[in-house]
Amino acid sequence: MSIRVQTEDFDLTAELAALRSSKTDIGAIVTFIGMVRDLNEGDAISTLTLEHYPGMTEKSLSDIEKEANSRWQISQSLIIHRVGTLKPQDQIVLVAVTSPHRAEAFAACEFIMDYLKTKAPFWKKEKTSQGERWVEAKSSDDEAQARWKQSD
Amino acid sequence: MNIKILYFARIKESVNYSTEDILLPHNVKTITDLKSYLAQRGDVWTDLFTTQQTIRAAINHELVDNTAIINDGDEVAFFPPVTGG
Repeated sequence: MSIRVQTEDFDLTAELAALRSSKTDIGAIVTFIGMVRDLNEGDAISTLTLEHYPGMTEKSLSDIEKEANSRWQISQSLIIHRVGTLKPQDQIVLVAVTSPHRAEAFAACEFIMDYLKTKAPFWKKEKTSQGERWVEAKSSDDEAQARWKQSD
Repeated sequence: MNIKILYFARIKESVNYSTEDILLPHNVKTITDLKSYLAQRGDVWTDLFTTQQTIRAAINHELVDNTAIINDGDEVAFFPPVTGG
């Protein structure tokens, strides 16, 4: 399990090669990459700036990985989240999960993203032709996260 | 007791502070108490901490609700709902 919060871009091929290199029990790798869109709420976006809470961000992402690891049979997981100023078509986030079997990897990857969207302390500010504005949290993200709640 | 408070994103811009060290009176014990105490500063503080606007809180890097107890030396953070990913 590993996490990285960084301003630099990441390379999917290199990250997957590193994940696979030491493991022979991997039957499935599921990855998710979040990208910067050029349109939000009907307005053209020129830049997107991500702020975070150093210290809590790492703890939060680590807790999410641990929870995923306790629910599914995961070999490894990797979360990379970028901060700073990005532009449309830039990569924002990578989640990669390896597992002996695909069902576990699919579920764990989606779980990690749903929790990251609602728990990890990142905030987006976007720049449009009218100026800068903070991105509002979406109730659909809360609903996506709530699907994973367990009764215990 | 002495605590550190951090503010992020929209809230940081509103109060124009990113961090402060503060000595709390004895009657401030929970997150709710702290919000009420900060609201007494007036202006934007009152607007932020008494309206229905959603403010999330964390103590020592852990998300908490309004009933959470604050202890001496804690790092408390206030921020809007998160929007990463």
